[in-house]
Amino acid sequence: MSAPAAAPFAFTPANVEQANAIVAKYPQGKQQSALLPLLDLAQRQNDGWLPRAAMDHVAAFLGLAPIRVYEVATFYTMYNLRPIGRHHVQVCTTTPCWLRGSDQVLDACKKRLGVDVGETTPDGKFTLSEVECLAACVNAPVAWIGDDFYEDIDGASMTRILDDLAAGKQPKPGPQVKRQTSAPVSGAKTLKDA
Amino acid sequence: MLSDKDRIFTNLYGREDWRLAGARKRGDWSGTKEIMAKGQDWIIDEMKASGLRGRGGAGFPTGMKWSFMPKKSDGRPSFLVVNADEGEPGTCKDRDMLRHDPHKLIEGCLLGGYAMRCRAAYIYIRGELIREAETLQAAIDECYDAGLIGKNACGSGYDFDVYVHRGAGAYICGEEMALIESLEGKPGKPRLKPPFPAASGVWGCPTTVNNVETIAVAPTILRRGASWFASFGRPNNTGTKVYCISGHVNEPCNVEESMSIPLRELIDKHCGGVRGGWDNLLAVIPGGSSTPLIPKAVCDTILMDFDALREAKSGLGTAAVIVMDKSTDLIKAISRLAKFYMHESCGQCTPCREGTGWMWRMLERMAKGNATVDEIDMLLDVANEIDGHTICALGDGAAWPVQGLIRHFRPVIEDRIRTARLKPLPTAAE
Amino acid sequence: MPKLTINGTEVTVDAGKTVLQACEQIGIEIPRFCYHDRLQIAGNCRMCLVEMEKSPKPIASCAMPVNEGMVIRTNTAKVKKARNGVMEFLLINHPLDCPICDQGGECDLQDQAMAYGLDRSRYTEHKRAVPDKDLGPLVETHMTRCIHCTRCIRFATDIAGVEELGTMGRGEHMEIGTYVEKALTSELSGNMIDLCPVGALNSKPYAYTARTWELVRTETIDVHDALGSNINVNARGREVMRVLPRLNEDINEEWISDKTRFAYDGLRRGRLDQPYVRKNGKLAPATWKEALSATAGAITGAGGGSIAAIAGDLACVESMTALKDLFDQLGSPHRDCRQDGAQLDPSVRAGYLFNTTIAGIEESDVCLLIGTNPRWEAALVNARLRKRYLRGGFRVFSIGPRLDLTFPVETLGAGPETLEAIAAGGHPFVETLSAAKRPMMILGQGALARADGSAILAAAWRIAVTCRLVRDGWNGFNVLHIAAARVGGLDIGFVPGKGGLDVSGMLDGASSGKTQVVYLLGADEIDVRRLGSAFVIYQGHHGDAGANRADVILPGAAYTEKSALYVNTEGRVQQTKRVVFPPGEAREDWSIVRALSEAIGARLPYDNLAELRQRIERAHPHLAERGVAPGAPWSSFGHEGRMDQAPFRSPIDDFYMTNAICRASETMAACSALYVGSTAGKTGTHG
Repeated sequence: MSAPAAAPFAFTPANVEQANAIVAKYPQGKQQSALLPLLDLAQRQNDGWLPRAAMDHVAAFLGLAPIRVYEVATFYTMYNLRPIGRHHVQVCTTTPCWLRGSDQVLDACKKRLGVDVGETTPDGKFTLSEVECLAACVNAPVAWIGDDFYEDIDGASMTRILDDLAAGKQPKPGPQVKRQTSAPVSGAKTLKDA
Repeated sequence: MLSDKDRIFTNLYGREDWRLAGARKRGDWSGTKEIMAKGQDWIIDEMKASGLRGRGGAGFPTGMKWSFMPKKSDGRPSFLVVNADEGEPGTCKDRDMLRHDPHKLIEGCLLGGYAMRCRAAYIYIRGELIREAETLQAAIDECYDAGLIGKNACGSGYDFDVYVHRGAGAYICGEEMALIESLEGKPGKPRLKPPFPAASGVWGCPTTVNNVETIAVAPTILRRGASWFASFGRPNNTGTKVYCISGHVNEPCNVEESMSIPLRELIDKHCGGVRGGWDNLLAVIPGGSSTPLIPKAVCDTILMDFDALREAKSGLGTAAVIVMDKSTDLIKAISRLAKFYMHESCGQCTPCREGTGWMWRMLERMAKGNATVDEIDMLLDVANEIDGHTICALGDGAAWPVQGLIRHFRPVIEDRIRTARLKPLPTAAE
Repeated sequence: MPKLTINGTEVTVDAGKTVLQACEQIGIEIPRFCYHDRLQIAGNCRMCLVEMEKSPKPIASCAMPVNEGMVIRTNTAKVKKARNGVMEFLLINHPLDCPICDQGGECDLQDQAMAYGLDRSRYTEHKRAVPDKDLGPLVETHMTRCIHCTRCIRFATDIAGVEELGTMGRGEHMEIGTYVEKALTSELSGNMIDLCPVGALNSKPYAYTARTWELVRTETIDVHDALGSNINVNARGREVMRVLPRLNEDINEEWISDKTRFAYDGLRRGRLDQPYVRKNGKLAPATWKEALSATAGAITGAGGGSIAAIAGDLACVESMTALKDLFDQLGSPHRDCRQDGAQLDPSVRAGYLFNTTIAGIEESDVCLLIGTNPRWEAALVNARLRKRYLRGGFRVFSIGPRLDLTFPVETLGAGPETLEAIAAGGHPFVETLSAAKRPMMILGQGALARADGSAILAAAWRIAVTCRLVRDGWNGFNVLHIAAARVGGLDIGFVPGKGGLDVSGMLDGASSGKTQVVYLLGADEIDVRRLGSAFVIYQGHHGDAGANRADVILPGAAYTEKSALYVNTEGRVQQTKRVVFPPGEAREDWSIVRALSEAIGARLPYDNLAELRQRIERAHPHLAERGVAPGAPWSSFGHEGRMDQAPFRSPIDDFYMTNAICRASETMAACSALYVGSTAGKTGTHG
């Protein structure tokens, strides 16, 4: 498991400022606590993935041995250690989503994108992944793209979302059926006049 | 049915403004200073009297947990850590509190943190909940601006900070010792106990880790009184609770209800019933993926609380009800959970690292009938070899669903195996 | 002291102990893989589970502190079942390739599988395969065998102090590694091979060369530095197959340096296995008789005043004594055991010993390093300093080059200027040192092996006195030697006699023709070009610098081939044992000198090793006691004088290339090329 080589990496001035603000949240001398958020910051700066240069930069920024950063970067699923498509389509297939048709959603993704799970489309626009429970089970099935969840999806709505993204449009996140967040689909039975 | 006036999370669905102004209208941040003025002991006693048990799954009495924190500092500061690393399959209640009622959580942090003499609260929110973290941070910023937290919080003379810390994708970080490791910037591998966090937690300081819901209900309990909260549910199982009902119901939803509500009432009243009617019910996972499933016969009468579900050899867990109707391939449903635990095992200790994958592989074969009947006992044996032998509860949580499946549906597995054996070779495995 | 009940037996143990230790105390063996008493507790293998009353789950005994009134059971069906289960899990993904595994025969997994495993596997799924890692020329990996106990990681991180190993990924895909393929930059890396309970980390040089049950094990000591680490040399037939550490809490605990462990292939290469005599400008094989008579002829021809002897860094007490006795009989005062010219004062023993003792480091609270790089000069002294640092309340200061010693070092200055400022009392550090409860100073050869070494020694003495480094029950003055021979040589007086020349004088004499014969007793680290036209006798075991220049070669025995005494830097007398015979016609060194004395006609008065040792012990009673470091009376030493302002530098530029054995070792050459060639600048260990 070694990372592909990449160009040198350094935080942009704006991100240095943000990184310092993150470090300041933790007690003095406990800057290692900022490691997870700083890796996220580095990943966002680097088109959604972490080359070794970025990990080494974060290690140096926090004064940590690089191995401590590699351990963290390989442990958590949100760090991508290889280049990733512009849109990372992450479909939950854990039991609550599976019970409500995540297989069909995943099939629709494969069909629309022409790639299998773990693959990136040739144009670099989409990477398709299967993920574990996203904690939105009453709105299953759920897909996570970018910073948003798309809920109550099926094959058709998933395809529509991917079409929009491919066309450069931003689909509306949240439930893809007429429904208010986690309330029953026919309308809230409680808190009606709160 | 619980009436709206007795619901704590009055903006559960986000119909109203989550911001400070909206929260204040719903009663948040009213009289906070006065509650603090009653003193730390009063707060902890009130929490004890309310009977509140931790809402993160283990159900440990909250007031008692708070009382474990040192009353006098030995020089080390104390910390409150809020576990917002929601990820137990079926569970999505904390998400709603974070995005629709963040002020209840922040106020709870202040009151709980004050009661436990903490310097600050760190809210560990799972990395995937990006929008929720944004909302929460915005709410915290509002509180600082309004002087509700920070220096001289609410004019109480007490200094208290609240920080958001985002995770990065690891279910295991919902385990308190793994969460502490992760908060320190390390892989989420649960630490050994002892020492317990109240003695030595994050950064080696006294720490209490509480679930979002546990902290978020505290201000209302303290405002309305322990006896009000304790008036719901059965003794030892008091209060209200946010349930998440997913799977094969007509209308999956989150809803706050009384503890000890009958499962059937919960499903019928709030979720439009089981898909195809109650008689179409096969089984329910009552408290998130770790809790063993219960068959329909048990579901008919079971109450949703700690004690009732424990008697039924399951658990209330996070009160995340996963409903499965008769169309469900139960072996596959549990196999998928086994895959989840394999994927989420931190890999630190032997039984979980090696056993979760073994169970999944056996279940996958069994789902296709590609197994022998003897292997069912072997699968149970492997589950038992994991259960209770690991550093943290993830191993137990991985073993229980498998044990539950075999306990209640062994004939289904046997049938699957026998049917597959009767099929002509060599296409037996689909 | 808490009292607990284990299997019905009451036992009282020290507070802070673990349940596992309590069980061991009453002779109950608890199986374990991840637990190791010198490493931090991990509690991850789960093999040590036992039952504890009132706990619904079995507990990891390695991690559970004892408590008053605990009731522990280690022999119940539940415990047996738990252990069987863990063992089964450990084996399902283990390759079970014991027949081709170097660990076979000394494998914890193999042994415990015999006790707790099933006789067949129930596992029918695919087994996991894990890619091997490249950890450099010393440690070979077979990662599919890894059971993830993390002992190696904990050793590297805590004991060796190099944060380079970790766990990558998670769950069943978790792997131990460095992430980036890289050799571990530690002088102690070989210890991970011993710590690995399975065959995941093996010795690369030893790989597939022997099976453990073919080996003959001999307990002896090491001579690659001046510590005298206790080792177990394993041989098959006439070959040393590997070197392992042997427990000695006072010196090396249970670790050894990579040089101690891996330089043994140098014992097979470049050996002097027969006598040689230079004829017509070329060294030609000769018989012992020819060689001894040529030697005797040269010595007798030159006469006492113009013969000189230099003892090298690996010389044993016996051979130095015999040579000194011979030179005494011949009337030559020209002898020296300080090849590097270290200005040590042989008259005061406390002035050249590591008085604090290595174990004593653990009691110190402030340490001043002067002209030394302990990481390369004595890797286990460095490990002990780190161990002390990890416990907290320990500050290390240095005068000399900036170093990465694996723990923080505050550099006070580069050379004598700073030393003088402290000695004169004007430096703020004086306060720190004086206020310390157990202050210590380590004076390296880099500060002494220079023209002003005696003045530096005197300044160090002044500091020791003014800052009260020597007080009741504590002597904080330490000289760190790098040569195994050195303290023994000083103890028996292998230094210039009255009117005698030191090494520098001898070389000057040889250059000018005044010194006609130079006897090199394994001395290779001198400038042989300065030997001029002198007749050079080389007695030793390797064809290194000295032998190349020699006119006569008398082949001697290496430390694994003779029973010999060495005195370590603490003044601790220890004895090597013969593991294998010297190659070819090579002989034990004392007997060569004894034979030469006969050829010269000045027969030494001992006929065997026992008589020689009696002679040594009579002359130097403190050498009679083995294995202890009794210390020496404090007195004044060194000579005040002008100090040069040149900064101190460690005498060791290359940890892996410090003597003739290392220089003949292919393994050490590979390490040198890898570590010193490329990383010296980066790690900062290279002056």
